[in-house]
Amino acid sequence: MADDHIIDLRHVSKRFGDKTILDDINLYIRKGEFVTLLGPSGCGKTTTLRLISGFLAPDEGEILLDGKDISAIPPYKRPFNTVFQRYALFPHLDVYDNIAFGLKLQKVPQDEIEKRVKRVLKLVSMSDYEDRDVESLSGGQQQRVAIARALVNQPKILLLDEPLAALDLKMRKDMQIELKEMHKKLGITFIYVTHDQEEALTLSDTIVVMNEGKIQQIGTPIDIYNEPVNCFVADFIGESNILKGRMIRDRRVAFLKHEFDCVDEGFGEDVPVDVVVRPEDIYFTTDPAKCQFTATVKSCTFKGVHYEMFVDTDKGYELMIQDYDPYPVGSEVMLYIDPDDIQVMHKERTRNVFDGKMVDETHVEIMDGVFECLPQEGIAAGDPVRAVIRFEDVDLLDNQEDGVVAGEVHFLLYKGDHYHLTILTDEGYHIWVDTNDIWDKGDLVGVNIAPKDIKLEKRDEA
Amino acid sequence: MKKFFAQAYLWLLLLLLYAPLVFIAIFSFTESKVLGNWTGFSTRLYANLFTGNMQGSSSLLAAVQNTLLIALAAAILSTLLGTVAAVGIHNLRGRSKQAVTFVNNIPMINPDVITGVSLFLLFVFLHFSQGFLTVILAHVTFGTPYVVLSVLPKLSQMNPNIYEAALDLGATPSQALRKVLIPQLKPGMISGFILAFTMSLDDFAVTFFTRGTIGLDTLSTFIYTDARKGGLTPELRPLMTLIFLLILVLLAVINLRQEKLKQLHKA
Repeated sequence: MADDHIIDLRHVSKRFGDKTILDDINLYIRKGEFVTLLGPSGCGKTTTLRLISGFLAPDEGEILLDGKDISAIPPYKRPFNTVFQRYALFPHLDVYDNIAFGLKLQKVPQDEIEKRVKRVLKLVSMSDYEDRDVESLSGGQQQRVAIARALVNQPKILLLDEPLAALDLKMRKDMQIELKEMHKKLGITFIYVTHDQEEALTLSDTIVVMNEGKIQQIGTPIDIYNEPVNCFVADFIGESNILKGRMIRDRRVAFLKHEFDCVDEGFGEDVPVDVVVRPEDIYFTTDPAKCQFTATVKSCTFKGVHYEMFVDTDKGYELMIQDYDPYPVGSEVMLYIDPDDIQVMHKERTRNVFDGKMVDETHVEIMDGVFECLPQEGIAAGDPVRAVIRFEDVDLLDNQEDGVVAGEVHFLLYKGDHYHLTILTDEGYHIWVDTNDIWDKGDLVGVNIAPKDIKLEKRDEA
Repeated sequence: MKKFFAQAYLWLLLLLLYAPLVFIAIFSFTESKVLGNWTGFSTRLYANLFTGNMQGSSSLLAAVQNTLLIALAAAILSTLLGTVAAVGIHNLRGRSKQAVTFVNNIPMINPDVITGVSLFLLFVFLHFSQGFLTVILAHVTFGTPYVVLSVLPKLSQMNPNIYEAALDLGATPSQALRKVLIPQLKPGMISGFILAFTMSLDDFAVTFFTRGTIGLDTLSTFIYTDARKGGLTPELRPLMTLIFLLILVLLAVINLRQEKLKQLHKA
């Protein structure tokens, strides 16, 4: 462990009932860093924060503070303070007594308390509010008091759980700037939880992107934005065009049914990949020599600073483009992308693979459902098998009862000419589907697979 | 015209409701033994009440004393039990929460006679000698649900994070309870206490069945026996008048306080 780590999470897992909330989290936080845990609701970011603050205990793994395990230390003895979502001020105490709460418990002398309360109130620009009833304050003012109440105890780490979520946009922007300045001035470590990607990009030294209890990517805001490691991160942070592609060789990639120069190497030759292009990185040109592909403008919306356009490319893909100049709907445009702006990612998966068992010669049990399949030589009833199903071969049905297994649309991604869906079945399996049909997140679906589309291999049972 | 009838109706109703009380209040200022005979204005009965200079005075004053003691003890116990129970119920989820809330409501709807008789049978069955303690226990059984019901809404209004916020700022769980949780629940606890106290003051049936045979009397059982002996002790008239006035003042104070709190909230 390096000396500058203040917090280390090692192989931390947490379950509620049979639901896994955090799955083998490894994370370190450096002294004085502003770290943001970013992800959609239910990704485990708040649980991670609560593990650090001590309101929850991990089922597995350990949490170290300055290299020492703190599992046995109750929250009231940990040198951290939290700014809670919706502030959690004590309504029966005034501003002064709220802030002095921690110091009084520590039996700090009266005049010292007074000095320190005055100092933090000045820090959060709330001087002269000491005697106010906290319930008479606005949301933004309550937030400032909550921050002051945490900071007055001079914690080693300030934990912030979506502290700005309840504020309106303008106030949120102001508070972001102030928080950043406070962090610079105080030099203590901030751990910040949010689902707002813009907030994370604005505030953080380091962003930890989480989804479904796992860390997806750790990096600086610039890394995370420009070089997302997978489709989830690319989709979650900012706007993006995510497309199916193929690495032809080093520095050459095919997508949109065209070939492009890029800067990525080491993927191998003729390897399927995912490609991310940010909408502001697709450029219009009038120079035929520069043009890489053409498209028709389908819609154009004014967004304040820029225009947001959707175009159909010559090979039938839909792209989002942001530009300062509008192009009329219906016009033919010439487009190009800089090699630097093409982000190539390993495909996380290329097909569905399930371990299952033959029920009889023409039926296989996978995902706790029995699917019909074609008889195959050398595979008999009772044999353990591996079933391989291509994304585009999974049929989704409107009625859950019509499918062999039932599930819901868990995550969806538009890939220019089709949707890539993650279906979570009622039994807890993930199945990935490529489809042209439009589904919404949370739609209940039945899952069916044609017998000819299930490819079986015999599997050695270990 | 319509308005006149509406007004008249209201006043008639109020008159009917309060006539008995007014009647007693008026006759508390005369010395006559028989209620309804006006023998001239006098404050003798009030004087007797406070000096204890009257026939059967000791048992009347003892009954008042018992009533207050029992009500106080039962209300304190109910408040403690009910608050803890409310916190427990608040933290339950789903079905078990519904079930426990339902069970909590039973003692309030259950007719007093049945509560009284069943408690009487229980104490007999357990060979529990009946007296002061059994009456207090019996009053706790119907007082506690009122406390639970007045504390529960305070719990759900409370920001669920404030207990954790206290721990986070260095309070031990018991400090967090004393310095944060209880101050938050206090208004609910106080109204629960007042309810349990008045319920106990008011009770006749349950007390009657659980007081045993040691001659323990509360005000309500005293009046009951006294009336059966033939004629009420005259000093009861000023006593009832005073109790009525006391309750009236209490109610006014509570209402004014709530009004003030509401205005503070709006400001």
